[in-house]
Amino acid sequence: MTQAILFVLFILAGTALLSWPLGRYMTWAMDPAKGQGRPNGFTTLFQGVGGSLARQEQDWKRYAVSLLGFNVVMFIVVFSVLALQQYLPLNPDAKEALDPSLIFNTAASFTTNTNLQHYSGEVSFSYLTQLGGLMWLQFVSAAVGLSALAALARGLSGRKLGNFFVDVQRATFLVLLPAAFIVAVLLVLTGVPMTFNGSVVATTLEGVQQTIARGPVAAFVSIKQLGTNGGGFFGPNSTHPLENPTFWSNVVETVSLILIPMGCVWMFGRIIGRLKHAGVLFAVMLILMGARITASVGFESVPTQAFVSLPITQDVGNLEGKELRFGTSAGPLWAVLTTSTSNGSVNAMHDSLNPLTGMMPMIGMWLNEDFGGVGVGMVNMFLYIVVGVFIAGMMIGRTPEYLGWRVESKEVKFAMMALLSHGLFILVGTAIFAATPWGADTLNNVGPHGFSEILYEFSSAAANNGSGFEGLGDATTPWNIATGIVMLLARFIPIILPLAIVGSLSSKRRATESSGTLSVEDGTFAGMLTATVLIVGALTFFPAATLGPIAEHVMFMK
Amino acid sequence: METLLSSLRITVATMAICVGGYSAAVWAIGQAVTPDTAEGSLITRADGTVVGSRQVAQAFTQPQYFWPRPSAVDYNGAGAGGSNKSPTSTDLTDRATETVAAYGATAANPLPAELAAASGAGLDPHITERAARYQVQRIAQARNLPVDQVERVIDQNAFSPGGMFTPDRLVNVLEMNLALDENKAG
Repeated sequence: MTQAILFVLFILAGTALLSWPLGRYMTWAMDPAKGQGRPNGFTTLFQGVGGSLARQEQDWKRYAVSLLGFNVVMFIVVFSVLALQQYLPLNPDAKEALDPSLIFNTAASFTTNTNLQHYSGEVSFSYLTQLGGLMWLQFVSAAVGLSALAALARGLSGRKLGNFFVDVQRATFLVLLPAAFIVAVLLVLTGVPMTFNGSVVATTLEGVQQTIARGPVAAFVSIKQLGTNGGGFFGPNSTHPLENPTFWSNVVETVSLILIPMGCVWMFGRIIGRLKHAGVLFAVMLILMGARITASVGFESVPTQAFVSLPITQDVGNLEGKELRFGTSAGPLWAVLTTSTSNGSVNAMHDSLNPLTGMMPMIGMWLNEDFGGVGVGMVNMFLYIVVGVFIAGMMIGRTPEYLGWRVESKEVKFAMMALLSHGLFILVGTAIFAATPWGADTLNNVGPHGFSEILYEFSSAAANNGSGFEGLGDATTPWNIATGIVMLLARFIPIILPLAIVGSLSSKRRATESSGTLSVEDGTFAGMLTATVLIVGALTFFPAATLGPIAEHVMFMK
Repeated sequence: METLLSSLRITVATMAICVGGYSAAVWAIGQAVTPDTAEGSLITRADGTVVGSRQVAQAFTQPQYFWPRPSAVDYNGAGAGGSNKSPTSTDLTDRATETVAAYGATAANPLPAELAAASGAGLDPHITERAARYQVQRIAQARNLPVDQVERVIDQNAFSPGGMFTPDRLVNVLEMNLALDENKAG
């Protein structure tokens, strides 16, 4: 257990330290304005690539329209690549045509930075599909999130929002590309394959034929982890020994999970010019995430319940669905990190986690803000801040303000719409699929765990996460279409509404903060924000959790 | 319309650099620095036939070999996966009952849990050192070897995957089995 705790602290402390200089660098890259980061010479270049539209300052509506327009192109390009893969090159294992509803689901999934996978990469997709389609989206969809955050922060600092076409290139070329290259090289050095040769057929020592799939894995996995994408090259994601071959590749991949989401908080603080406020937000996020990590690692140290009656040792935790080379706490740690951020990659099978351990990733997806997806996590936290500031203002009888902007009913309505839509997608979706053969016929486990599989799938789609209780037979037309639609709505509603809020706020006169203003830099604010997050999250989802993981724990764990 | 045009221009630029340039650069570094693992850590015999990958488990059922952890996909290297069963599932109890019978485990000599639990991808190439020692008697008997000699193979292959962070030492099943077969030849 000592080693388990040491490992968790090593990863968290190391990443938190790295996120500080990264936040500084990201500010330089994303916001090279006067008085912010130092100016850089790339803006002119990016304006040239983006064309005439890239040269104008955009208000929130134009920014949002540009963002949506680019996403339409992303969707169409990848839909085409998927639909035509059998005719395209780089297909050494002759992968064939795909089901149309699966193409829709996958294009929606990777466009929205979700990476929910209703297929198995090494079974169905060519190398061109994986790199030219999916990996491209792993770069640009993360860049879209980072752009949205930069625009939001600029608006809150009282400036114009900037230009989407320039921002998305800054995020892609200056932030994601260098980071992905460094991590990919580290992965290559720790043993991850990077080849364009097709699968090999081996003759095993016992004389059986074994086909071993491989491919350009390192490049793909690097951006998968960094961009809170999470879509694996292979079906079982980073449990696969060719996607995550050693203890140290696992360390690199785990750090990459939360590095940029952590850096986003510092970048936000620097752009709005309030680093101390960012420190408070960082602390709140770290506490919420730390609580789930502690619970997850603790619950997972309980041995596999199914083996209790057999002559099997009971001195190690639950090892079903886990790899030995990562050590004992790596699975439950990753499970929380991958759902705290909206990553969704796995290094242990979440379906086989102990019931209460399996609830921790679900809670992460329900809250979806600590630290959240690249860019969008901090944007989600902004929604909670708006609501929290409003409630606090009402309680102490002052005009609610955030950074000097008066928060009024319009802004709170928008924030609540975005937050409540999250619960609506998850709970209504789960209810429909649990009550019909669409969901009931696709389960891999019976009883409350089966319900958990459905609940998890909709939580994952609505949180743009992408992990799953993978026993679920989700490659059906109803699942493909339902989760595809949820992913699209759940991506763009919480990006566009916050931009609208900023648009509305910045049209008002900014008040100067005085001693009478509710401070956003102290413990009271931290407590208020934590309470808002927990109350909104718990009230919305507690009943569903009772029917799934909690019921399973009470019924079966002794 | 202009929005789409700008989007297309950025699509072309990002595709060229983030897909083309980036993949090629990572590939070149992999081929130059770690050509063995970049190609999947294949083990090849003198005549060129591939025995397997050091990183990927393969099936072993014969008594003279070390056995790997159970696989939910029967060690399918082209379609990996886990059982995805809840740890409370009776299906897991049934599967583990068969594993216990195969090893002949008893209450006095219980099976190490890692030999009963399937891995996430069904391709975990490792077992723990204690899970290897658990199998020594059977292998020594089947090969008509002294127990010491099989123990020595474990000693030579055991490693600590993460130093101070991982207390359990591991062994690679395929590499140990290759070593056993070589000993026989020598």
